[in-house]
Amino acid sequence: MPNFNDILVLLPEFYLVAAACVLLLADAFMTPEQRPQLHWISIVVLLVAIYLVIAGQPAQTVTAFGGMFVRDGVGEILKIFALGTTAMVLVYARPYLVDRKLPIGEFYTLMIFAVIGIMLLVSAGNLVTVYLGLELLSLSSYALVALNRDARLPSEAAIKYFVLGALASGMLLYGMSMVYGASGMGGTPGLGLAQLHQVMAYTTAPKLLLFGLIFMIVGIGFKLGAAPFHMWIPDVYQGAPTPVTAFIAAGSKLAAFGMAYRLLDAGMGDLAHQWQLMLAVLAVASLAIGNLVAIVQTNLKRMLAYSTISHMGYLLLGLSAAGPEGYAAAMFYAICYALMGVAAFGVMLALTRAGFECEEIADLKGLNQKSPWMAFLMLLAMFSLAGVPPLFGFWAKVLVLEAAIHAGMLWLAIVGIVFAIIGLYYYLHVIKVMYFDQPAEGSVLEAKPDVSLRVVLSLNALSLLALGLYWGPLLGWCRHAFGL
Amino acid sequence: MITLAHYIVLGAVLFCIAVAGLFINRKNVIVLLMSIELMLLAVNTNFVAFSRFLGDVSGQVFVFFILTVAAAEAAIGLAILVLLFRNRSTINIADIDSMKG
Repeated sequence: MPNFNDILVLLPEFYLVAAACVLLLADAFMTPEQRPQLHWISIVVLLVAIYLVIAGQPAQTVTAFGGMFVRDGVGEILKIFALGTTAMVLVYARPYLVDRKLPIGEFYTLMIFAVIGIMLLVSAGNLVTVYLGLELLSLSSYALVALNRDARLPSEAAIKYFVLGALASGMLLYGMSMVYGASGMGGTPGLGLAQLHQVMAYTTAPKLLLFGLIFMIVGIGFKLGAAPFHMWIPDVYQGAPTPVTAFIAAGSKLAAFGMAYRLLDAGMGDLAHQWQLMLAVLAVASLAIGNLVAIVQTNLKRMLAYSTISHMGYLLLGLSAAGPEGYAAAMFYAICYALMGVAAFGVMLALTRAGFECEEIADLKGLNQKSPWMAFLMLLAMFSLAGVPPLFGFWAKVLVLEAAIHAGMLWLAIVGIVFAIIGLYYYLHVIKVMYFDQPAEGSVLEAKPDVSLRVVLSLNALSLLALGLYWGPLLGWCRHAFGL
Repeated sequence: MITLAHYIVLGAVLFCIAVAGLFINRKNVIVLLMSIELMLLAVNTNFVAFSRFLGDVSGQVFVFFILTVAAAEAAIGLAILVLLFRNRSTINIADIDSMKG
């Protein structure tokens, strides 16, 4: 039976659900003049949630509601960074929303519901919790993509995201049903991930189990955005309002890593030798497609979308090592990617105005002359995405490559290095446009005077440099979470 | 005598029809939404069949959750569809191609 302790374990989640409901009500009762206050309220709500996650951190793994929910180090780290990057996205989003007169109340409420989805997903201890967390995140994201109701591109992006996301959920569920069936053949049937871990040892239907595993990996591939299941990423990134794109790049990638870890390691860990190679194939395909197609893009958001696909390839490199070292490297990579992605989209958000999206790479021409500090912040983000030492992105790449080599997949690491070099081209192209091209006639390119945006964005981009020079503690924290 | 295998084959057939509906259909977004529902129903068939065969209720409990989420999903899907129609006056899939590359 659930008791009071179970509720304490889920305190951050319960708190956020209550806060989201209060925000929804507040939005309904506020006058249009009061409504902008929702911005600060939602940021405070997220910061308090971070505090609750840190303050209630259990000394060892705790489960609640009969193993449905697992609170452990991995979940805690992913939650803290998901909440933190979402708070940053909210800071960057305010001028964008105000300039374009987008619905403010819906934006903040949906963002908080999406974060609750992430928190459930990364702490899931049962297939039902995985599914519910995933759908809470996905359904909120579909609505967020369509936030700008009167524009053509967002509605197109939303319908594509919706159809492909629903297809992915369907695949995942079909796989889950097969795994459930296999778990009952020759033993007790169940949906708990801890229980499924032993299924391979006793099941009389191993083929059914493998069949389910393959469908689950297709679902995970879709949600990560790994090639060949990446079709939705470029269109959604381009069509969604930029703050939402930033959220999808940061928060939902952390969530996708959490889901992959829970399902593959906690659930299907005994089948590691089976899924290792499948993930390696996804990784190579993502690295190749992401890096090669990004070269020809002229739209910055689309280019960053293909860059995401290639980064998911590196993340899969770490996951396919299938050991604590690989998982720690992959989680480090996911955190690093979330910070870099938010910084890159943050610079774009700082430069946009109503009627000027700052989406094309050519829009950044001569940024250094117009606004040198923004150009420098973008430079940090691009170098970090490219993996140039001594920035954060470099160490993240080194660690996943090292994990792949230690797992005996030297060829995979070589493929990763080759594509890292190819990928350098399109990041450097953005820097060349910013620093060496003359500004276009009449281009304004001024950063928003919003102080909070400037301060948080600067801290975010400088953290890429700081963590690049001093990455030990964060890595130690990640490794500790996996028991290293 | 109807065995577990019959139900699993039924689920597989429904699932394949749904996936085919998603990929082959070039006409209408509403058919996509119907295919998505059909896919979830195929999964439900599987869960209920396994649950009954294995004598364990957790699969049927999962089906309740899937049905609930499917309703929410359909609501969001239709809302996006209405938006799409308002902005473009068409729900023909072949016309939804302003983003490429």
